[in-house]
Amino acid sequence: MATARKIPAPVVTAETQAFWDAARENRFVVPVCAACGRAHWYPRAICPFCDSGKVEWREGSGKGTIYTFSVMRRAKEPYAIAYVTLAEGPAMMANIVDSNFDALRIGQPVTVVFEPTEDGPPVPMFRPV
Amino acid sequence: MTIKGKAYIAGAYEHPTRLAPDKTVAQLHAEVALGALADAGLTRADIDGYFCAGDAPGPGPASMADYMNLKLRHVDSTELGGTSYIALAAHAAEAIALGKCEVALITLAGRPRSEGMATGTTPRSRDPNQPEAAWEFPYGLTTANGYAMCAMRHRHQYGTTSEQLAWVKVAASHHAQHNPSAMLPEVVTVADVVNSPVIADPLHRLDCCVISDGGGALVVVRPEIAKELNRKLKRPLVKLIGTGETVKHLSGGTFDLTTSGAARSGPAAFAEAGIKPSDIKYVSIYDSFTITVVMQIEDLGFCAKGAGGKFVSDGNLISGVGKLPFNTDGGGLCNNHPANRGGMTKVIEAVRQLRGEAHPAVQVKNCDLALAQGTGMQLGTRHCSATLIMERE
Repeated sequence: MATARKIPAPVVTAETQAFWDAARENRFVVPVCAACGRAHWYPRAICPFCDSGKVEWREGSGKGTIYTFSVMRRAKEPYAIAYVTLAEGPAMMANIVDSNFDALRIGQPVTVVFEPTEDGPPVPMFRPV
Repeated sequence: MTIKGKAYIAGAYEHPTRLAPDKTVAQLHAEVALGALADAGLTRADIDGYFCAGDAPGPGPASMADYMNLKLRHVDSTELGGTSYIALAAHAAEAIALGKCEVALITLAGRPRSEGMATGTTPRSRDPNQPEAAWEFPYGLTTANGYAMCAMRHRHQYGTTSEQLAWVKVAASHHAQHNPSAMLPEVVTVADVVNSPVIADPLHRLDCCVISDGGGALVVVRPEIAKELNRKLKRPLVKLIGTGETVKHLSGGTFDLTTSGAARSGPAAFAEAGIKPSDIKYVSIYDSFTITVVMQIEDLGFCAKGAGGKFVSDGNLISGVGKLPFNTDGGGLCNNHPANRGGMTKVIEAVRQLRGEAHPAVQVKNCDLALAQGTGMQLGTRHCSATLIMERE
C-alpha cells in the first residue's frame, strides 16, 4: 500500500516549475549551485550558501537516510513524516511510505518514490530500501 | 547601547478566562489592557506606545488602537509567533530607552478553544507565497508531529527517554494544583504521561499543552515612572536587564533539529544582563510540548547540550524541590495557552515571582533574578526565539 491519506497538491511557482515538470516524468531533480557546487533544500532560485543565482537542476540519486521521523498516530489514517538526508547533502521533509511504521528507525536507508496528489503534480516521498 | 535598566514592567495581568464563547477577541484584548493598567496604577490616557502581534484582530496595531481609542506616538506589531510578547517587552524597552514612548502597552488575546481549532493535530494550509509551502504542507506537517520529530532526534542523539520528558509535565502539574484558574489542576505522575495515548511518536497526549481562550497584557514604563508609581504601590520593581531574539530555521537543509533558537537569543540576553545561568532563581520556559522545555533549558545553558532529559528528571523543575523552578503557574502544559501563544503568560508569571506575588506554595524564596524564554511557530521547521531577563529592585 502506498498512502491512504489524500495528498494536497503542491503550490507550483516560477522558481519550482522545472522540479514539478520533472516529477511528472518520475524524475527527482535536486537544486545544485553552479557557483559553489552545493545542493540545497527546499529548492530556490538563489543559492542560500553563496547567494549565486546560478542554481541548476541536476538528476538526483533519490537515495538518502532517515534523519528523524514521527508517525502521526492521532490521524484517521496514521502516516509517517520524516526528514531524509539526501546523498547530495541537504535534508528534506517527506513522508515515508510502503513501510511497517513500527520498524522505522533513524539512519535507515530510503529511496525516492513519487506519490500522486489530489489535482497537481506528484510529490516526492521515500520508502525503505 | 543597552536596554539594561532603561525600562520596568509596571503592570501585568492575565485574563482569568479559559473559555470565552461570549466575548470577542477585541474585547479580550481591551480587558487585559485595562487589567494591566489597573495593576500598574495607570489609565488608558497614559499610554503612548502600543505593541501587539499576529493575534490582534486586523493587520497590525490599527484596529485595536481604534477599538481601545489609544493616542499613540509609537507602535510596533512585530510578529514572532507565540514568543512575540517576550520580544515586544524588549522592543518596548528599546523604544523607551530612545525616548520614543514612556508608557508601553503590550496585549495578547485569542479564543482558539471557543473557535474549535484542532490546533496541534491538523495540517494548516499557508499563504502560497510562503516559499516552503510546497515542500511541507503536502506531507501532513502539524504542530504535534513537527515537535515530535525534534523529540525523536533528541532521543536518538542523546538518549532522552519518554519518562524524562514526562517529568516536565509532572512538574507543571505540581504547580498547577495551586492555580485556581488552571485548566488541568490535577497532579499527574510519570506513568500517567507515558501511558496516555500517543499523538505523534514519541509524544503522548500529556506531553502536549492545552488549548485555551484568554490573554494577557503588560505595561512597560521608563524608570522614573516606575519609581513614582511605586510610592503608592510599595512592591518590588521589575527591571528589564537583558534581551535577545533570533530566528532558527532549516538553513538550506543543513540543520540540527535538537537545537532551538534559545542557543542564540539566550547568550545574547545573558551577555547584556551581565549574569550567568546559575544566577537565575526562576525560569518561565515556553512549553508547547515537554520536548520544547528540555531543548530550551539546554540551549540557555542551564545544563550541557543533551543532558536536558536527565536535568528535568526527579522533580528538578518543581518549586521548593528542584534546582530550577519553572512555570509556577502550571504553564501551557496545565494552566493556559491563550491564542496558542505562550510568551505573554511566561513574562506575567516571572513578574509575579519577582514581586513575591506567586502562590505561596510555589513562590521561589528570595527571587531576585528571573528569565522568560519563548519560541514561536514550529521547532520542527522554523521558529523565532526571544529571551528576557528581569531583576527585582
